[in-house]
Amino acid sequence: MQPNVEQFPPHRAETDAHAAHGHGHDDHSHGHDEHHHQPNFWTQYIFSTDHKVIGIQYGLVSLSFMLFGLFLMVMMRWQIAHPGVPVPVIGSLLAAVLGQPAAHGIISPELYNSFGAMHGTIMVFLGVVPLAFAAFGNYVVPLMIGAPDMTFPRINMASFHAFFLGGLVMLVSFFIPGGAAQAGWTSYSPLASTIPTDGQAFWLVGMVLLITSSLLGAVNFIATIIQLRAPGMTWMRLPFFVWAQFVTAFLLLLAFPPLEAAGLLQLMDNVAHTSFFLPTGLAVSGPVGQASGGGSPLLWQHLFWFLGHPEVYVLILPAMGIVAEVIANNTRKPIWGYKSLVYAALVVGFLSFIVWAHHMYLTGMGQGIATFFQATTMIISIPSVVILTCMFLSLWGGSIRINTPMLFALGFLPMFGIGGLTGLPLGLAAADLYLHDTYYVIAHFHYVVAPGTIFALFAGVYFWFPKMTGRRMSEFWGRVHFWCSFVFMNLVFMPMFAQGIKGMLRRMSDGGVNYSAARVPGVIDTLPGTVMEMNTWILWAAIGLGLAQIPFIINLFWSISHGEKVNSDNPWHATTLDWQTPTPPPHGNFAHEPHVVRGPYDYSVPGAANDFCPQNEPGVQAPRPAH
Amino acid sequence: MEIPYTVENRPDTGIYNAKVGIWLFLASEVMLFGGLFSAYVLLRVGAPEGHWPHGWLDVRFGTINTILLALSAITTLLAWAACKVREFGKFKFFHACTILLALTFLGIKSYEYHDKWIHYEIQLKDGTFADGHLEEQNDKEVVLHGRIVKDEKDLYDLRAQKDIQLGEVKIDLANIVKMQNYGPWHNTFTAIYFTLTGLHALHILGGTLVIFYLWGPGSKMYKTDPERFTNRIEVSGLFWHFVDLVWIFLFPVLYLT
Repeated sequence: MQPNVEQFPPHRAETDAHAAHGHGHDDHSHGHDEHHHQPNFWTQYIFSTDHKVIGIQYGLVSLSFMLFGLFLMVMMRWQIAHPGVPVPVIGSLLAAVLGQPAAHGIISPELYNSFGAMHGTIMVFLGVVPLAFAAFGNYVVPLMIGAPDMTFPRINMASFHAFFLGGLVMLVSFFIPGGAAQAGWTSYSPLASTIPTDGQAFWLVGMVLLITSSLLGAVNFIATIIQLRAPGMTWMRLPFFVWAQFVTAFLLLLAFPPLEAAGLLQLMDNVAHTSFFLPTGLAVSGPVGQASGGGSPLLWQHLFWFLGHPEVYVLILPAMGIVAEVIANNTRKPIWGYKSLVYAALVVGFLSFIVWAHHMYLTGMGQGIATFFQATTMIISIPSVVILTCMFLSLWGGSIRINTPMLFALGFLPMFGIGGLTGLPLGLAAADLYLHDTYYVIAHFHYVVAPGTIFALFAGVYFWFPKMTGRRMSEFWGRVHFWCSFVFMNLVFMPMFAQGIKGMLRRMSDGGVNYSAARVPGVIDTLPGTVMEMNTWILWAAIGLGLAQIPFIINLFWSISHGEKVNSDNPWHATTLDWQTPTPPPHGNFAHEPHVVRGPYDYSVPGAANDFCPQNEPGVQAPRPAH
Repeated sequence: MEIPYTVENRPDTGIYNAKVGIWLFLASEVMLFGGLFSAYVLLRVGAPEGHWPHGWLDVRFGTINTILLALSAITTLLAWAACKVREFGKFKFFHACTILLALTFLGIKSYEYHDKWIHYEIQLKDGTFADGHLEEQNDKEVVLHGRIVKDEKDLYDLRAQKDIQLGEVKIDLANIVKMQNYGPWHNTFTAIYFTLTGLHALHILGGTLVIFYLWGPGSKMYKTDPERFTNRIEVSGLFWHFVDLVWIFLFPVLYLT
């Protein structure tokens, strides 16, 4: 903190509303301003309303959840590769903590299902979305648009606390009798209502809290971007990252409520024994149950995927925004096709609301509906490809600086490309009938999210770390982290395409041993031996991937106090406003209100003194015409 | 540190922050209730012929509640207008009316819930069904104020049956196959009825609490920053109008069709 910077805009105490009347109490009111109290640990780090602190809170919590999700994944991979064999090293710990489901350190099928459901839930709703949207959005968006904070700082704090509580409920559900939810992250009914565990109710309550958090965040982000842009920051001067967050916020705002509705209905099914999603005559391993029936399992799927598909773009758009910033900065030239990127992001956002049923080709919802959603699914790939193409073309002719953020951004491009292109066969109903529910699907969406989005998030961490702390993360260990992650990510997910094409189904706790044995040799193919062997390779690659994160964790914490100090507020020589603040930015962010005079990516402007012209730097150069 | 445009409008967008926020929030609320109404449509269309109940809810109560909420929308508007022209006494009066109207609404709603809660359908061993309000229950028999029908289907469409004779029905406990009240678990209609109106009632309750706060302890701000206070009344009023609007959809969907 720099105590002597003149803060923008001048203080007005909320507690002393006389100041608003201009009664001349302004000077006096400073003494009452809450921020001038001695900040203690609680007000500064736990109940802070500063968007930067909240961003960092979100970041640390979501990174921890991602680590936990990774741990669940490694446990599952062990069970797949060695079904029924006790987990080495930590097996006894599992047995001690979780009891019967992990008896003798063996992961029971029920526990495997819990881990699977919670891995998905944690990675999506507690890991990637909070990190990509809430953490980076909170920290960077107000800085990029030249705002002193978010529009509603206290709602921002409430949003984080709802998120934290939701995460806590999810974690607690592991320890209740019956264990955590087991019906997959999609929680399809009637399965979700018939598994005898209260974990599903915990899951639903946790989701309602997380959805509430997202809604509060989304309202805040949109209102901030509409209302708090600095003078001169017109819509087409917004950095692409801000546009990406803007579209993402709308997706969260409009797609999450239907899932909240679905969650309420399923909660009624599980707690009040209604039959919203339970069909008439439902029998579970015995006589027909007592439920009144008359419900529709398909209804859950429609409501779930109405969120579920926009959610995919919630995961990917902020990542694209980060990559665009990093690429523009490190190619030292304007991002190629800024306007195309913006319009493509808007089109993606709109179309993402009308593609959801491509997850449901196998439900028998009807060929006409399938044809419609197949068409929209093919159409939405166009703006996605536009975005990716713009980023590739941005590299052309640039004098590329290779550093850790840039490595991760460059890694994002082909990985997301693989993830996106392998999605096309799944979007076509005919091909999906075969590939649905196989490991091919797992490989596809993990290529989008894991080496795709998560690489972009790593790029963001390395990129904005100097702004947050005033120090750089170690370049050497950053590169070690990148290359190991890159290699192991591909070793984990690439074989899954082959497994899926050969017919290995997802959600099998024994890696397909029983399934393979139950098939009739010679009549129906068993899974080939190599497919089963791949389970072992993937296990070791997954362990390698876990170990590859150790340099990152150490680097992250070590660099806070020991990293190389940056010698300016703008160490990457960037143009956007987030780098024109003191380092780290004080409460209120800017020393003087920035006046924006140019677009976001004025790199290498001919005739300019430097190869970068910050957005608020009044220069003699006429602003470069936008693309 | 001060956030700009908390009170005055931003010149180029012509709106203050909280108003943007509440409209966005209402957009998400539209999606929430939109999802639930879609569920209603899908479940009703998917119900077997003749199984969707008609006339189970008392239209008189529904009409009274509709009028109450419509009046509360008017008093909310007048309360805001009174703030705008700085007539604090009128504001206090109109929002007191709003709160009373809302509480009356909730009272009538609870009575309707109670009415369903004590309404039982009892399947008898001879294949007939007893149906009515529970009068008395002891360890020998159940006494209902209602009737006995031959077919369960006769219980669904009450509007088609003009002259339903209700009387005291005594049922031996030994005669009962299944006894269930008209709670959410009874059938799809009661499930969606309780869920939709329950969520709506929670919104009414939340809105009333906010309005009560602004009417009572929160009205201190009127003395120090009347413009900001008026904005708060406007924003809470927008939410209140949305909640009224939801009821305008709920009333025909549940009571009239």
